[in-house]
Amino acid sequence: MTNTSTSDANISLAERAWNIRHKSLRMGAVQKQGYVGQALGVSDVLAVSYFHAMTFRPEDPEWEGRDRFLLSIGHYAIALYAALLEAGILPEYELETYGTDNSRLPMSGMASYTPGMEITGGSLGHGLGIGVGMALGLKRKQSESFVYNLMSDGELGEGSTWEAAMSAAHHKLDNLICLVDFNDQQADGKSTEMLSSEPVDAKFEAFGWYAQRVDGNDIDGLVAAFDNARNYEGAKPRAIICDTKMCKGVPFLEEREITHFVRVDEEEWDLALKVLEEGKPS
Amino acid sequence: MSLSRRLSKWEPRKPVDASERQLTSAMIASLSAEGMPTVSAPFGHKLVELAKEREDIVGLSADLAKYTDLHVFAQAYPDRFYQMGMAEQVFVSAAAGLAKEGFTPFATTYAVFASRRAYDFIAMAIAEDNLNVKICCALPGLTTGYGPSHQATEDLAIFRGLPNMTIVDPCDALDTEQAVEAIAEHKGPVYMRLLRGKVPSVLHEIEDYRFELGKAKLLRDGNDVLFITSGFMTMRALEAADELAKDGIKAGILHTPTIKPLDVDTILEHCRKPGRLVITAENHSIMGGLGEAVASTLLRNSVTPAFRQIALPDEFLDAGALPVLHDQYGISTEAMIRQTKAWLG
Repeated sequence: MTNTSTSDANISLAERAWNIRHKSLRMGAVQKQGYVGQALGVSDVLAVSYFHAMTFRPEDPEWEGRDRFLLSIGHYAIALYAALLEAGILPEYELETYGTDNSRLPMSGMASYTPGMEITGGSLGHGLGIGVGMALGLKRKQSESFVYNLMSDGELGEGSTWEAAMSAAHHKLDNLICLVDFNDQQADGKSTEMLSSEPVDAKFEAFGWYAQRVDGNDIDGLVAAFDNARNYEGAKPRAIICDTKMCKGVPFLEEREITHFVRVDEEEWDLALKVLEEGKPS
Repeated sequence: MSLSRRLSKWEPRKPVDASERQLTSAMIASLSAEGMPTVSAPFGHKLVELAKEREDIVGLSADLAKYTDLHVFAQAYPDRFYQMGMAEQVFVSAAAGLAKEGFTPFATTYAVFASRRAYDFIAMAIAEDNLNVKICCALPGLTTGYGPSHQATEDLAIFRGLPNMTIVDPCDALDTEQAVEAIAEHKGPVYMRLLRGKVPSVLHEIEDYRFELGKAKLLRDGNDVLFITSGFMTMRALEAADELAKDGIKAGILHTPTIKPLDVDTILEHCRKPGRLVITAENHSIMGGLGEAVASTLLRNSVTPAFRQIALPDEFLDAGALPVLHDQYGISTEAMIRQTKAWLG
């Protein structure tokens, strides 16, 4: 994947993405562990979701008029907390409670713990189906809101994902946008070597979706894809498959052997933060 | 007559004479005895009635609306009914999503499919978030002769272990109608066993009976035996008690249609009465249902009457005619009487 530069208009999104990376790493440093590889990879997608595409009120996370954001991949909670902190939905000082007892920021995302965490993820392949129901419900209420479901490429292996994909198209859910973080990594190895879901965009199209595939670390490309997804006029659900690079923004981690739970040694947390800070967008 | 899965599948069978032939009770088995009053589709009709006042009520089915009496609702409110197709995982997840948006979904399928196939989605999408979804399932326990694929003999065991879940096993048409109303009022997830089609009606004969969520009701008292029952086994217990009375055996019946939360106080109160054999009777495996729930409640509270369980065995059951199967597995009225007399000695 090539390094991408961001157009002037989207510089603030690059800053938001950097802030999400930085907060994720700081949370990882609190526990000396965490799914920071995934968080660093998906930060651009989250920045464009929260700071370009979505409507929400930070002071009222359950405001009826909000766009819904479902985190199907519970272990990406560290990344979503960073986005929720950056969006002002969670107070900044709670960052250092990450993963501690009685924290509102447990390591896996749960609806009952955290403002802004719409669903309980973790048992993978759940988000899209719940999204179908919420999208149906929003239509019943004649709401203009969108439902965004963020899932991983690994979740494409779950049959429930495809039940939901078929259902969303059948019910013409044009208010449902599925974001797939395609980092080609799952617990036992590369997703494409565990149970290949390729060609993913063609599969979504065959299931009746409007599908796009983009470089998930290219903010300009993401902005265009989100705009296309929101403005598409067909009565179809929309998928954006985002090819991302795990550990993006911290070169020494990017170059490390990538695994599901990327190894960061105890003394490397400070170094990772330092390296990230050197790459801060100006 | 008794069936057995243990006969070798390699052994050819001769047809029996047409006059002796028992027809397999597949999907349309009725539980009512000859001449018993019945009500048609009590669940569906009651839901339609409630939905007139409650715009938040919506219905979903996974290709089994017609077989769960939800078609009555679908016909009355086509725009409030979601056909989710033969896809139980998204069916349950979508019900969760609709509940999150403020609706009260009644989701129907067969008990085997909800409990075995959609469990993780019910657990995480619905129960963990304590969402207001009512899962109402036909063919609970042994109510079809179709075989294990459709016999939900362990559904109560599966759902009893799930936090936040309320579990209801109504007896008859009256119980079903009143239970639908009660679970629609209740905030939180519910699993209800459904009797569908022409459903027997017996509880209207009990003076002042009314279904109350979480409450066990003493339908009659007796000094020799106390039956603690749920579902249609309460109907069987009423019949059995009449027959036992002819032999001078006085049986009480504590109808316990809410399996979880169990009405511990009422159960303990009636089990403390000395000198009485306590018999639980349920249309469910002997593992993990009403019987074990009552047994552990009694032991935990140091109430230890003589105790027996009428329940289905811990086996995959035979296919066949329902009356034959009920008798073979001990949950017919006659089998209940036989077992009770044997235990009383």
